[in-house]
Amino acid sequence: MSATEPVLVPLEYQEEELTTLIGPDWADRLLHAYRWMVLGRTLDARMLGLQRQGRIGFYGPATGQEAVSVGAWMVSKPQDWIFPGLREQLLALARGHSLTTYLHHLFANDLDPARGRQMPCHPTAREVHYVSMSSVIGTQISQAVGTAYALRHKRDPSVAFAFFGDGATSSNDFHAGLNLAGVLDLPVVFCCTNNQWAISVPVERQSAVAHLSEKATAYGMPGATVDGTDVVAVFASLNGAAEKARSGHGPTMLEFVLYRMTPHSSSDDPTRYQAKDWMARAQAHDPVRRLEDLLARRGALDEAKRALIALDADGEVRGAIATAEKVGPPLSESLTTDVLASPPAPAGTGSDGS
Amino acid sequence: MTELTLVQAVNRGLFEAMKSDPDVLILGEDVGVNGGVFRATEGLLKEFGAERVIDTPLSESGIVGAAIGMALYGMKPVAEIQFVDFIYPAFDQIVSELAKFRYRSGGQYPCHVVIRTPYGGGIKGGLYHSQSPEAYFAHTAGLKVLIPSNPADAKGLLLTAIHDEDPVLFLEPKRIYRSVTGEVPDGDHRVPFGLASTVREGSDVSVFAYGAMVPVAAQAVDALGAEGIHAELIDLRSLVPLDEKALLASVEKTGRAVIVHEAPRFCGYGAELAAILAEKALYSLKAPVVRVTGFDTPFPYALEHLYLPNAERVAHAIRTTAKAA
Repeated sequence: MSATEPVLVPLEYQEEELTTLIGPDWADRLLHAYRWMVLGRTLDARMLGLQRQGRIGFYGPATGQEAVSVGAWMVSKPQDWIFPGLREQLLALARGHSLTTYLHHLFANDLDPARGRQMPCHPTAREVHYVSMSSVIGTQISQAVGTAYALRHKRDPSVAFAFFGDGATSSNDFHAGLNLAGVLDLPVVFCCTNNQWAISVPVERQSAVAHLSEKATAYGMPGATVDGTDVVAVFASLNGAAEKARSGHGPTMLEFVLYRMTPHSSSDDPTRYQAKDWMARAQAHDPVRRLEDLLARRGALDEAKRALIALDADGEVRGAIATAEKVGPPLSESLTTDVLASPPAPAGTGSDGS
Repeated sequence: MTELTLVQAVNRGLFEAMKSDPDVLILGEDVGVNGGVFRATEGLLKEFGAERVIDTPLSESGIVGAAIGMALYGMKPVAEIQFVDFIYPAFDQIVSELAKFRYRSGGQYPCHVVIRTPYGGGIKGGLYHSQSPEAYFAHTAGLKVLIPSNPADAKGLLLTAIHDEDPVLFLEPKRIYRSVTGEVPDGDHRVPFGLASTVREGSDVSVFAYGAMVPVAAQAVDALGAEGIHAELIDLRSLVPLDEKALLASVEKTGRAVIVHEAPRFCGYGAELAAILAEKALYSLKAPVVRVTGFDTPFPYALEHLYLPNAERVAHAIRTTAKAA
């Protein structure tokens, strides 16, 4: 570590605590979690680079938010439903969505399951119950509540997870969704990833409450603020909320406080609005380095293994990019399919004769 | 066959769908204990229970958002928006989400929600209980838009909608909820989408209407028979998908067209019909296409009788069109 780098805030878990919180196999599970976090971090760095080179059109990194996606992966069961926000793609990958398929989506090519219709970072992965998302903020929240209703109605013991950022807590559907979930006492976990910025607007300008989780009280459900850069805390809090929902005891709102360590997206320039010391504070809470440091201190990770994991992630990402970049754009026929199950008329029959 | 009002026919349609398919759920404001403010859901709570007939909090975006989530899981939710005037908080869920799920997911997540909602004026409802916003929705790719004008179609189109695979906006002409009665087939009666219905056959002028404007136009057409003007009245029933064939065939026969709707004229649904005629039937036209519509104003309270097209206005338009060189 160079002298100018900020001092990492360490995770202080002892082995007994980890055994209690995660299980006797905590070392294996956290190492697995670490691999996914490294993959996510590697992917972000590579894709932002590719965007700058004009090889993909857009990218919304999740750097700094990896512990939430990976914690949710550790907790969620295959039949659970994921309603993602912009920065949960790592959860789709960890749940089994193919990295190559995700790259097809990022390149918006002919093998993208959604035929290149959405901007990058808006994947759909039905095979892992990862629901299609829009770019509209908050709409997925009330949708997750509806799915939770269907789960209970069908006596399906699964849980719906709704992910959204701090900005979304100001949206109509945050209110509509949490209110409905509270009234109907539904099996849903609301996961607010508070990265402290809605593009340029800091969380203090988003809400006057000290902790966004306080809002849960107004909807008659418990809320908690959790360190979202501590994968162990993320896991433990999500595990509790998911089990509570699964056993018929209703919804919970968790606020994961973390740090956005990149621009909002490839289209954003945070030097216009972030203080100079922001990145230093963020780096002190880097979730990947905090877990790496914990694993090293508890003897579960040495330098050779760390280097190997980094190398593996790099190789996987490079391989997927190479495969996806060879595929051509979607066929023009796909412009007009999937609008309706039974289309009223061939689309594009205008007076231009097309 | 049973003689029913339009709102009773809606109720029977819902009853039939819920009886035959356990995945059909109803949700909305006042739909359960109260049976809906127009009684469209009367008796359903008692018959099917509170798990399938859900009284929701007062939030239209929540109602439609939750219905979307249910549909993603595989349920067949029928959401009620109490008046279409209150649908705008749900506009985002309908336009950004419901209409786009199938397309944006490459067919992985079709989203079949039926939204039922009373629309239109004529009940002294003022600005916020009278609107006809069908054009906003017809403009959105990925939605089907239906408007019945009689009890048999109300039940038949609703049952087709509930058993369809696409999102459907089902607009109910509340002005004629109870003023119109008709014979309605019992059981699982279905009316296919995209098929207009010829209400009156004629050879002089084609009149296109839907919803509560159909009986108004029929009155005008019948009155003009005495003057020797034989107008053809076509009830579109299904705005999306549109029965373009019926539209063009009628105008090719008569060479004259009058379009009637109560929504404002500017960019109203009639503008699309007129554009289609201009594109595809121009050489059949012997007179300019005429629209009889609401005014380009908000919907008024005291003067709604002036705002809404009536039989006299429609008759005047037909007469003028019939006589135009």
